[in-house]
Amino acid sequence: MNKAWIAALIALAPLSAETIVIQNATVMTVTKGTLKGSVVIKDGKIAEVGEKVMVPQGATVIDGTNQYLIPGIIDCHSHIAADGGINEGSVSVSSMVDIKDVLNPEDIAIYRALAGGVTTANILHGSANAIGGCTLPIKMRWGKDAQSLIFEGAMPGIKFALGENPKRAGNPQGGRGAATTVQARYPATRMGIEDTIREAFNEAKAYKEEWDAYNARVARGEHLIPPRKDLKLEPLKEVLEGKRYVHAHSYRADEILMLIRVADDYGFKIRTFQHVLEGYKVAKEIAAHGAGASTFSDWWSYKVEAFDAIPYNAALMAKKGIVVSLNSDDAELMRHLNSEAGKAMKYGGVSENDALAMVTLNPAKQLGIDNRVGSIEVGKDADLVIFDKFPLSDYAKVQKVLIDGTVYFDRDKEASDLVLKTAEKQKLVDKLKQQQAAQGGRGGRGGRGQ
Amino acid sequence: MKKLVTALVFVCAYAFAQAPSTFAIRNAKIVTVGGPVIAKGTVVVRKGLIEAVGENVAVPSDAWVVDGEGLTVYPGLIDSLSTVGMPGAPATSTTATAGRGGRGQATPATPGTPVTAAAPLARGPEDRPATTSWVVAADEIQATDRRIETVRSAGFTTAVTFPTRGIFAGQGSIVDLLSGEKAGEMVLVPSVGQYISLTRAGGGGGMGGGFPSSLMGTISYIRQIYLDAAHYQLVKDTYAKDPRGMERPAYDRALEGVLESKRILFPANRLVEIDRMLRFAAELKQPVILYGVHESYRPEAIQVIKKYGAPVLVSLRWPEPTRDANPDDVDSMRTLETRDKAASAPALLKKAGVRFALYSDGLDQPRDLQRAVKKAMDGGLSREDAVRALTLSAAEIYGVADRMGSIEKGKIANLVVMRGDIFEDRTKVELIFVDGRKYTPAPDTATPGGRGPATDDPGGNR
Repeated sequence: MNKAWIAALIALAPLSAETIVIQNATVMTVTKGTLKGSVVIKDGKIAEVGEKVMVPQGATVIDGTNQYLIPGIIDCHSHIAADGGINEGSVSVSSMVDIKDVLNPEDIAIYRALAGGVTTANILHGSANAIGGCTLPIKMRWGKDAQSLIFEGAMPGIKFALGENPKRAGNPQGGRGAATTVQARYPATRMGIEDTIREAFNEAKAYKEEWDAYNARVARGEHLIPPRKDLKLEPLKEVLEGKRYVHAHSYRADEILMLIRVADDYGFKIRTFQHVLEGYKVAKEIAAHGAGASTFSDWWSYKVEAFDAIPYNAALMAKKGIVVSLNSDDAELMRHLNSEAGKAMKYGGVSENDALAMVTLNPAKQLGIDNRVGSIEVGKDADLVIFDKFPLSDYAKVQKVLIDGTVYFDRDKEASDLVLKTAEKQKLVDKLKQQQAAQGGRGGRGGRGQ
Repeated sequence: MKKLVTALVFVCAYAFAQAPSTFAIRNAKIVTVGGPVIAKGTVVVRKGLIEAVGENVAVPSDAWVVDGEGLTVYPGLIDSLSTVGMPGAPATSTTATAGRGGRGQATPATPGTPVTAAAPLARGPEDRPATTSWVVAADEIQATDRRIETVRSAGFTTAVTFPTRGIFAGQGSIVDLLSGEKAGEMVLVPSVGQYISLTRAGGGGGMGGGFPSSLMGTISYIRQIYLDAAHYQLVKDTYAKDPRGMERPAYDRALEGVLESKRILFPANRLVEIDRMLRFAAELKQPVILYGVHESYRPEAIQVIKKYGAPVLVSLRWPEPTRDANPDDVDSMRTLETRDKAASAPALLKKAGVRFALYSDGLDQPRDLQRAVKKAMDGGLSREDAVRALTLSAAEIYGVADRMGSIEKGKIANLVVMRGDIFEDRTKVELIFVDGRKYTPAPDTATPGGRGPATDDPGGNR
């Protein structure tokens, strides 16, 4: 059913109906090793991967000689493409808000991410509160509308945050400057954060029971007034029902363990720990819980809780059996996640393939979309990136990016378009300047009103 | 000669204590809007209504006659989104904040406005932050508002005026711009819809200030309100049927106000916002009017608007460069393009068959209004369509075209009499009829140091 819907969607996009063959490239499939060969794309999906493939009639051929082909990069932690703030920081539990409502498909950061080879990103609420807003993965379908960005069929998520951000460290009164009459916001300690999360789930459990009881009675044929639908508790109910992933912003080992305990007590799972800079200290426990870890390659010391970090974090966690990804949390860093993955090879001796997996297959697994993206396999979405050099190198440049078999970024086209666009913009700037000058001069003449 | 006649009319008006209630404007060009233009004809006004209009209409013996030689009669202009007459309303733009999709500031706490209480801070939707949905503009109208005369002098006889502070600001009313009357006499329709803005009660940034403090917070709040309203209605109806044994539902004035409103007004300027807010209104199952819509010059925007079939109100406050901006900063291509093309939006909307009206967006001064409309005409809108967008189209959007918006027998006698073509530089408003009452325009008050661009005849030899 779902598949049919997706197929219908793809059929609607005329460009993706095109058959494309990327020939003679070094294909890093991630799941099936690296080969010199070609990839055939049909109807937005990968139709064939091999050293020798038949080029279907009428297919567009992209020559990949001396180039590298990898699956589209996936960023498990991003805040781009959202309008009007990514934090609903007024309350400690802001699960009623949803990034989906404020997607901005015209955010230039989407295009820039594309230029860095990113095809999918998990757009998260900020970390201002213990329980943040609802989140979702999007594809970088630049030029499409907001609805078309949404990674169709993907499980939505919710952001949790632990530690200094939600307790407002350095900001104990909840605001800067004593002059402003800003009220303090609970919680102000790590203890308070745990309490806030527990209280929210107590509420959510009661809410779920109320609805379950209602549904049971309606099923028995009773006519009842339904309980009030509470947008704050709905997502938490979904977490309890396993219908929504929890992505938890965390740094310290103790708070990671705390959240695992809370989750165990309430019977839900943490899908990923985000940042998780001290994850290497509690990797065994994270692995036992079944959570993924999405961390930085080597970004730390920007606050006290981020001091006890090591660049071996990703490698060490992976060795304990955790699905590890490297994320950006930043529109700029997002543009070179390939070289972030490369660092995992230096620190911890991760293999080429496993390092690449940390920005492709592993984040796909963490977001529950690895059946669609994350590797170059027949049947998966044709989300592909062509690099001119070994992709984990700092010197590698993205040449082309395809999503669903449609080219969304092309370096050659970009280079030629840039000249035209710059000229076009200059023309407009001049035109408006002239208009402004004319308007300014009008008053100077005076007496126009006769 | 013409001047003499006009002067005579004025003298007569002053000479009699009892203002006349029957007028005939003869030998004037009549732009009926509803029908064809009458090159030379007569309009008869009696007891606040248009009694007759046509080429060969007899002038009643008891009518005060206005010689319309060289004059053109238009239907009175309707400002389809205004704050005129609202206590404490800012004279300036309402959409400057709202239209940016919530990037605006918090609502300023002005003394005397019955809006959000200063404290305590909202902790969630249950506290109904920045909500005065129950406020009806008609109940708040101040007949003594000086802006009434100002905007009337620009040719407006009618305003759809709204409370505009907060997220659910309140219900708008259609009012005729009479002077010195009891406020109640001005009101044509007390409630036409709920004005919603995407301001953030918490002021943004998330550092205290209460819920909501982000655009997504405001959107979720609006969504929760409509869920609550539906639930409230259900509980109330059930209770009304049989109260015995049922817990008494609490009265919620915020939800009452929402349920009373037959349509909602959403801000949306950019394409992304137009798409977002139309989709949101459809989700809420509320008839919607978008206001702002400066990016509706983009074909994609028109496509979306057509898909949802929503009417739009285009702000006449065209985008301008930020004042005192760093001259080295270059705006984005989109910003520049919007500045260049926003005023062509009305022409494109017209061409696409979208229902639209223009609104002043706080441009009170006759000169500012005239220039803004002229800009839309320079952008391709015909004069005829510009007039329609400020008269009949506005009436149609609010469902009152049966009583106003065109010069037609039996409709309310709201007329504006111009010397010259409307919206031209040198054209002057000669007379205004509101509800059949005659007014003369106030002298142009755009003096140096006043509001509006400083380029308006500084020290001109007027």
